[in-house]
Amino acid sequence: MSLLFAFTIACYLASSLGYQGYILFQKRPIYRVANILLWVGFVCHTVVIGLQYHETGHVPVHNLHESLSSFGWAVVGVFLILRVKYHLMVLGALVAPLATVSVVIASMLPRPPVELAPFVRGLWRTLHVGTLIVGNAAFAIACFAGILYLIQEKAIKQKRPGFFFRRLPSLKLLDSMGYASLIVGFPMLTFGIITGVIYAQMVRGRFWTWDPKEILAGITWLVFAALLHERLAVGWQGRRAAIMTIVGFVILLLTFFLFFLG
Amino acid sequence: MAGKRHIVTIGLNHKTAPVEIRERLAFSKEDTPLVLEAMGQHACVDEIALFSTCNRVEFLLASQDAPNAVEAVKDFMAEFKNTPRHTFEQSLYVYHGDEAVRHIFRVAASLDSMVVGEPQILGQIKESYLHACDYRTCGVVLNRLMHRSFSVAKRVRTETGIGDHAVSISYAAVELGRKIFGELEAKAVLLLGAGEMAELAVEHLANNRAQPIFVANRTFERGLELAERFRGTAIRFEEVRDYLRQVDIVISSTGAREYILVRDDFKGLMRARKNRPLFFIDIAVPRDIDPEINRINNVYVYDIDDLKTAIQENIDERQQEALRGERIVDAAVIQFRRWFQSLDVVPTVIALRDKMEALRQKELKKTFGSLGATSEEDRAAIDRLTAALVNKILHGPTVFLKQSANKDEKALYVDMTRKLFSLDEPGEAEPEPQG
Repeated sequence: MSLLFAFTIACYLASSLGYQGYILFQKRPIYRVANILLWVGFVCHTVVIGLQYHETGHVPVHNLHESLSSFGWAVVGVFLILRVKYHLMVLGALVAPLATVSVVIASMLPRPPVELAPFVRGLWRTLHVGTLIVGNAAFAIACFAGILYLIQEKAIKQKRPGFFFRRLPSLKLLDSMGYASLIVGFPMLTFGIITGVIYAQMVRGRFWTWDPKEILAGITWLVFAALLHERLAVGWQGRRAAIMTIVGFVILLLTFFLFFLG
Repeated sequence: MAGKRHIVTIGLNHKTAPVEIRERLAFSKEDTPLVLEAMGQHACVDEIALFSTCNRVEFLLASQDAPNAVEAVKDFMAEFKNTPRHTFEQSLYVYHGDEAVRHIFRVAASLDSMVVGEPQILGQIKESYLHACDYRTCGVVLNRLMHRSFSVAKRVRTETGIGDHAVSISYAAVELGRKIFGELEAKAVLLLGAGEMAELAVEHLANNRAQPIFVANRTFERGLELAERFRGTAIRFEEVRDYLRQVDIVISSTGAREYILVRDDFKGLMRARKNRPLFFIDIAVPRDIDPEINRINNVYVYDIDDLKTAIQENIDERQQEALRGERIVDAAVIQFRRWFQSLDVVPTVIALRDKMEALRQKELKKTFGSLGATSEEDRAAIDRLTAALVNKILHGPTVFLKQSANKDEKALYVDMTRKLFSLDEPGEAEPEPQG
C-alpha cells in the first residue's frame, strides 16, 4: 500500500511540474500529460484511501496524517469535478502542488493508532471531519481562483499586460470559479460545524465551549456567509470578493491545524 | 539539351507601390483565368501562377528564358491593364532563383505583409494556386514550390509566435474585453461619438457577437445613421448616464473638450449594476472619460495611449518572432535549392552511375571473397562482365533522360529517377514527404 501511496505522490508531483510547464511554455501536450497524471494520481489515491478504510475499519479522517491525505484527495477531486464546467487550465498549477504538499507531509507524519469511538460517536466525528475536509478543499480552490483573479485584475487595472495577462483566463471565469467553489464549500462548512456542535455535546456534554477553535470556526463561517450573502444579494464580485475569499480560507486553515495540533 | 528552368517572381507590393498603382494593377478573380491562359501559352513561360491581393500583385514563373519572360510579363501587365509601362515599372521588383524562392516563402509565411503575421495571406495564396492548377499552368517546379511554401508558412505559424496577440487598436480592445468578460457574446456596447477607429472597434466587437449596440451622438441624425449600420439603437446624448446601468463596454470618441464622464457620475451606479464589470475604451483626444474612474472597483478605463502601449509590446514581440520565422525560411530555401538542382539531368546521371558503380564494387568484393582461389584473368573477366552489364542497363535510362524533349516531362522524369533509385539517400534526402 505504501508503494501505491508513493506512486500517488509521484503522479501528483509530476502533474504539478507539468501544469507549471504548461504555464511557462504554453504547449498543449504538456497540459494533457499533466492532466492524465493528475487523474492517475487521483485514482491511485482513491484506492489507497479505500485500502486504508478496509484495513483500519474507519474513514481516514482521525489524525493529521489521515486528514492531510484525505484533504489532498478532496482538493484534487473537487478540482476535477469543477473543471467539467469551468475549463480553467492554469488552476491545476496551484491545485496539484497543494495536493502534492499535503500528501508529502502526510507521508512523513507519524500514524498514531486511532482509538475508535463507539459507533454513533464515531459516525458523527467522521461526518464532522469528513465534510469539513471536502469543504476545506473547495475553499482552497476558491482561494486559488481568488489569487489568480487578483493577479489578473492587477495586470488589467495597471495596464501592464505581461507574462500573466496572456496566460491567465478572463476575470469572469476566475470569478465564476471562485463563486462555484464557494457554493460547494459553504454547505459543507455549515454541515461540518453543525455536526461538530452535536459531536461536542456527545463528548463533552456541551454544544459550544468558546474555545479558540470554535471561535475561529465561527468567524470563518461568518466571513463566508457574509460573502455569499453579498454575492447573492448585490452581485458582489471581483476584487473584494476575491480578497474576502482568501482571508476566509486563511482563517479556515488556522482552524484546521488548531484542531489537530491543539 | 534544352536549357535549365529558372524560377522568377515579378511583382509589386505595399512597400514598393502606392495604393493608386496597386489598385490599378490588381487582378480580379474574373481576370485570373484570362491572365493564366494568355501567359501560360507564352513561349518563354513554362509555368506560371498569379497572386493578387489588395497589398500585392505577384507573378511566379518558371522559365528557361528568364529575361524575356520578365519582359513578356511587363508587357502583358501594361496591355491588360491599359497602363503605360513606365508608370509602374519602377515599382516592380524581380527576383531570380533562390531570392525568388525566398520571396514566395516569406510572402506565404506573412513575413512580407503590411501587418506581419496576419493570417489571411496564406489562404489567398492557396486560392491562387488552386486557380493555377485549374488552368494547368503549374508544373513540377511550381507545384513543389507552392506546396513547400504552404508547409513553410505553417511551420512559421506554429513554431513562432508571429500570429499571436493583437496588433491593432480595435483588436486590442477585443482582446482586453475577452480578458475581462470571457465571452463577448451578449455584452452590450455603447458608442459615444463617432470616428473611424471607434467604429472599427464596435465592428470587431459586433463580429464577436457583442450586442445590443447603442449609439449616442451629439447630432441625433448621425447617431441614427451609425445605429443603422451596426443594427443598433440610437439614444440621446443626455441619456448616456442612464444607459451606463445596462451596457458593458463603452467606446468613446467624441470631440468634447472636457471629460463627459467623471467619477461623480458613478455614485451608486455600480450597486445598480450589481457590480457587473464595465469597460471603457476611450479613443478620444482630448479624453472623454476621467482616468480616475479606472480606480472604481470592476471598472476599467483604457485610453488611446494605454491601448497603444499594449499593442507596442505585441508588435515588438512579433518582430522578434519574425526573425525566427526568417531562419525557418532560410533553411527551407536551401532545402528547396537542393531539390531544384537535382532536377538537372547531368548530376542525376552521374549520381545514378556512381550508385551503380558502388553497388558493383561491393558485390564484386563479396564474390571474390567467397570464390577463393581464382586467377587474375578470371577476376578481370568477371569485372568486365559486371561493368558491361551496368553500362547496358544504364544506357537506356541515360539516353532517355538526356533526350526527352519536353522540359516539363524532363523535370518529372529526373525527379522520378531520383526516387526510383533512391539517389537522394542517405542524408541528402528531403526530410519531409511530398506535400
